[in-house]
Amino acid sequence: MSLLSPERAEPAPVPPPSRATPRFDLRRLGLALAAPLLAVVVALAVAAIALLVSGSNPATVYARMLSEGTTLRSLLITVNNAVPLYLSGLAVALGFRMGLFNIGVEGQYQLAALLAAAAGAAVVLPGPLHLVFVVLVAMVVGALWAGVAAVLKTARGVSEVISTIMLNVIAGGIAAYLLSTYLQERVVGSNNSRTPRLEESARFPNLDPVLRSFGVEPPQGTRLGGFLLVAIVVGFLYWLLVSRSRFGFDLRATGLSPSASVASGVDAKRMTIVTMLMSGAIAGLVGMPQLVGSSYAYGLDFTSGLGFTGIGVALLGRGSPVGVAIGALLFAFLERSSATLQRIDVPTEIYVIMQGSIVLSVVVAYEAVRRLGVAQAERSVRRAVDPEVAG
Amino acid sequence: MRLSQNGRLRFAAVLTVASLGMVACGSSGNDDTAAPAAPSGSAAPKSAVKVGLAYDVGGRGDRSFNDAAAAGLDKAVKELGITKEELSPNASGSDRGDNLRALAEDGFNPVIAVGFAYAESLEPVAADFPNTTFLIVDDSSVKAPNVKALLFAEEQGSFLVGAAAALKSTSGSIGYIGGVETPLLKKFQAGFAAGAKQVKPGIKVQAKYLSQPPDFSGFGSPDKGKETANGMYDSGADVVYAAAGGSGTGVFQSALAKKKLAIGVDSDQYESVGDKTLQPVIITSMLKRVDVAVFETLEKFTKKTPIPAETVFDLSIDGVGYSESGGFVKDIKPQLEDLKAKIIAGTIKVPTTP
Repeated sequence: MSLLSPERAEPAPVPPPSRATPRFDLRRLGLALAAPLLAVVVALAVAAIALLVSGSNPATVYARMLSEGTTLRSLLITVNNAVPLYLSGLAVALGFRMGLFNIGVEGQYQLAALLAAAAGAAVVLPGPLHLVFVVLVAMVVGALWAGVAAVLKTARGVSEVISTIMLNVIAGGIAAYLLSTYLQERVVGSNNSRTPRLEESARFPNLDPVLRSFGVEPPQGTRLGGFLLVAIVVGFLYWLLVSRSRFGFDLRATGLSPSASVASGVDAKRMTIVTMLMSGAIAGLVGMPQLVGSSYAYGLDFTSGLGFTGIGVALLGRGSPVGVAIGALLFAFLERSSATLQRIDVPTEIYVIMQGSIVLSVVVAYEAVRRLGVAQAERSVRRAVDPEVAG
Repeated sequence: MRLSQNGRLRFAAVLTVASLGMVACGSSGNDDTAAPAAPSGSAAPKSAVKVGLAYDVGGRGDRSFNDAAAAGLDKAVKELGITKEELSPNASGSDRGDNLRALAEDGFNPVIAVGFAYAESLEPVAADFPNTTFLIVDDSSVKAPNVKALLFAEEQGSFLVGAAAALKSTSGSIGYIGGVETPLLKKFQAGFAAGAKQVKPGIKVQAKYLSQPPDFSGFGSPDKGKETANGMYDSGADVVYAAAGGSGTGVFQSALAKKKLAIGVDSDQYESVGDKTLQPVIITSMLKRVDVAVFETLEKFTKKTPIPAETVFDLSIDGVGYSESGGFVKDIKPQLEDLKAKIIAGTIKVPTTP
């Protein structure tokens, strides 16, 4: 019945440690690993069919994707591109855990990045303070924009799915208006509209020195973005919050059964507002790796679509921070392979087909595995109750 | 509760898949025509030049801007005997810089960046490869000795089709539909309105855009084009200029249904529209010859003629213009040619902002 509900995903590949030591169950672990593996195999098979139809040899294409995708440059680019996808996935996943659907990450991060870029360019602050200020502005803007949907839901009962989708459109309109009027810096000869560039003090240092200290020399022009560290910290805080706090317990309980959790004293409205605000704050970070790490300005060429891709990443990650990280890296790897595919005259849409079929097969595989688990549990209960019935 | 939650979860899944689908559609047909150009016959000259071309989002097959660049590239491959490599960015556009770098690193020279969105990512790449020549279309903000700008006087071409629209209008009201509200598209709007007012000072010019950046869907949404055009025609306009890339088809469909007229953009859309029933409504198209710019610049490069830092493709060198296919503007051609001569001579100054 429940095809997608993330809370059913407890047999995740890396189950978050829970207070009650779970009885180690080999079969359960096997099932948990089976689902994602099955999903990847199915996706590879679907893409292979598409490749065969378009006249390419899947084996050579996959070999090429693997060999070119694992060069140092490709790996660095994959990690850099995975960082915003990870943050976007976490923002969506946090809502998932309590059954809230934040489809508005797209609008939240675009608006947050624009206003953070403008605010950052407008003030003069010393070193790290400037950087912190820009990032905080982004988080606050993202949170407030998501908060609109939260208030609409708690005060008027408006579904957050509908309101966040609509807020995406409104955010786009506001951003376009501001960017073409007050926040624009005119650059001679440019058809771009962008905010003024951020000063050095608001830029996030890259991690190249760290790479060098490990004896790895990054290829010319490719860097390991420093925001990776922030993403790791956010992932850790997410785990701490969801799996280790009273709030997280309430959050998951509300996701599992809203009525039961309300009956046991959880303030559902407060939970909705706080969760949406936090989801929005994380969404506000999505544009930061680019803003403070590489472009230093928000313009028409700012990366778009990360909020929507984040939904797929969150579905892949089944709400676990490690799962979302794996999903983000997988998506970034596939995206990077689009360049490889073009070089060998293979339609680049193959990577989109793979992304789509991985998400779909993960959803289906988890449901199949869940049913298998339920059937097994039923059988063992029946056996325990009535020894006559042979399983 | 459980049920409603499932509903929402399903909806999200559908949305995700739908968004992936849209991504797929947005860049469909990339490689339909990207078969490696076979060296044609013994007459074809051979050149050692290896050109790398980076399209903007949408890539080859968009029937608009990118395809115009592709046409110029194909012509150069055929007539100059050069070798080519093409790359399109991924759907989010996050790898523009990576693509330019990959082309430069693999020894392609010159490297062509199609679209202003490449400007920011071009700057550091150009600095890292000082011996590679970079050509960028629609931007002149990157100042480096090895970066050459290919610019267009879109306002001049739009001025002429604006005059044509006004001369063909019987209702005294015409419309402009821009794909995405960017400074570049405002140039089209400004020229169009100025041209119309030049020949009919009292004419009413409506202007609408299909999407706001960073949403660039307005270049590929025939449905939005159709709806907006319906509104304009219903409110009295009888000629609408569709400066909206792939969305233009919707405007033409609306014109056909409402028995009104329309004007195409970038390429001669009377020829490229693909649907013969739409041809009678396309009275002319504003030509933006990206193909000419790409080909001529590659020709200069191959012949080692120096390429100026900035080339403006305007009316005087037929870098922009209007199309005459279908013969709809035959009767007003003398007037249009007269305006064209005045613009070239500088007696008419065409504004670039509305």
